[in-house]
Amino acid sequence: MTIALDAPRIVRTQPILQATGVSKSYGPVQALSDVSAEVYPGEVLGIVGESGSGKSTFLRCLNLEETPDRGAYTLDLPDVQGNLFELDRYARRMLCATRIGIVYQNPHQGLLMKHSSSGNVAERLLVAGERRFAVLREKAREALDASEFPLDRMDAPPVELSGGMQQRVQLAKAIALEPALLLLDEPTTGLDVSVQALVLDTLKRLQQERRITMIIVSHDLGVIRTLSDRVMVMRQGRVVEQGLADQIFQDPQHAYTQQLVHAKL
Amino acid sequence: MSLATLTRAWEPMSYGFLDGSAKREVRRKMLKAVAVPGCQMPYASREVPMARGWGTGGLQVSCTLLNPKMRVKVIDQGADDSVNAASIRKFLARVSGAPTTTDTLEADLIQSRHRIPEEILREDQVLVLQVPNPEPLRPVQPNMSIARQMHADADYGRMWLQLYEQIVRAGRVMQGASYPSLVNGRFIMTPSPIPRWDVPKLHMAKHLTILSAGREKRLYVVPPYTRVEPLVFDDVPYRVEEHGGLTCTRSGATGFFMNEIPQDDGSSAYEISDSDFGVKSIRKREGEEVAFGATWYTGGEMEGQGR
Repeated sequence: MTIALDAPRIVRTQPILQATGVSKSYGPVQALSDVSAEVYPGEVLGIVGESGSGKSTFLRCLNLEETPDRGAYTLDLPDVQGNLFELDRYARRMLCATRIGIVYQNPHQGLLMKHSSSGNVAERLLVAGERRFAVLREKAREALDASEFPLDRMDAPPVELSGGMQQRVQLAKAIALEPALLLLDEPTTGLDVSVQALVLDTLKRLQQERRITMIIVSHDLGVIRTLSDRVMVMRQGRVVEQGLADQIFQDPQHAYTQQLVHAKL
Repeated sequence: MSLATLTRAWEPMSYGFLDGSAKREVRRKMLKAVAVPGCQMPYASREVPMARGWGTGGLQVSCTLLNPKMRVKVIDQGADDSVNAASIRKFLARVSGAPTTTDTLEADLIQSRHRIPEEILREDQVLVLQVPNPEPLRPVQPNMSIARQMHADADYGRMWLQLYEQIVRAGRVMQGASYPSLVNGRFIMTPSPIPRWDVPKLHMAKHLTILSAGREKRLYVVPPYTRVEPLVFDDVPYRVEEHGGLTCTRSGATGFFMNEIPQDDGSSAYEISDSDFGVKSIRKREGEEVAFGATWYTGGEMEGQGR
């Protein structure tokens, strides 16, 4: 009997993503204070925390949708230099479109609900400059197939699809251009447990096949445990604890993390 | 110094209906629009004695450009004799004393709704098109503030999404009118609801085209000799309506844009959409001496366009 093992990962000393001292406040509310994170290539970082802990804000900052008050953000990619928070609107949009994929909790945020599903995936490629219809069609089909979307429905608009399928369209859109970084904002929240398991399976398989660097945000420890290599626990805009996933779940050090792990079990 | 010395004496009506400051503003905006081809310029659209949506934008531009020596032609869907066209022509003549015509060759100023005449326009002619919706991005970006940013960034990827959807749904591009086009390689404009047949006429045209939307308060311009390229996929060529083989039942002319007239037996008859061109064709067939200008399409094909 042979046991399929994960191929050993290449450990590089240089992180692909480096965010340091990110702070953001909305009026009197301090959403993020001095949050730092590093992600290495091919790694999955899970961010857990209760609602309002700033985890989604942090992810939005990493997707360059929001500019924090302070902080630096670098991606170690060829032709990407400097603090990405200082990029202008145009450069930011091109970087987001070609290098970063995102899946939102609410599909309305990430999808054009009345356009076809394949069109939603094709939009990514169009923004990146692809102008051949046959290529668009083929790439959209490939991406939808990779996210295990039923291809006979690829031209149905997302409004007509179930929640799980909408998430798969979002995922296909996010991976269509083979991004260097995939951000997942509560990707399975709101789905029922069986569909949630299927979507998680897809994510896990994609991660193993393509070695995509991912950051997954969730309040659900089960989701984080299934996917992530490393975990960051956030509370009230601060990182309270971080470490390897097993370490955090088996031996939580901070009182809040202990509470969180016990609440789950 | 009193106020009376600074202002003009009261008149019951100013020349060309609009008051001086209104015309000056439209003129300045037109100059700006000529300088940035295809870019929408906001202007203070005035009240004219016509309801919004009936060509108030075109009318303001025409009123501004008119002088007593300019010959005016007004067409509506190609016809000189529709109520809307006739009323606007009469109005323009009345407020400016300008002579009117229906002949494309004689006209200096042509105000049009939804068509470009079949005869090639010259350098000294101005075409004014009435535009209901000047924003080509509206179908893909309902938020106009973001649409304006997209224009500024030339972020037009989503326009192709529209075409993609049409090809997926129907097997071909279904956009019949207002076909989005790239002007001078920079701005995407909607060329007002002219048919696909008319869009190539704007490409490197000799005449000046001014497109004006009165309700939306925007005007934009295609200056002479400017590139106007309809948006296409690299592997799906642009196609005009298949009217090249149709024959006009009234004039016998072939190879121009036609109006379809349903018949009692379920079939269709066709007549030339450009009514003045049709009338000239009939007069010629009846043996009259008629001057025809060169046409954009010959034998249903446009030169230099392999379609």
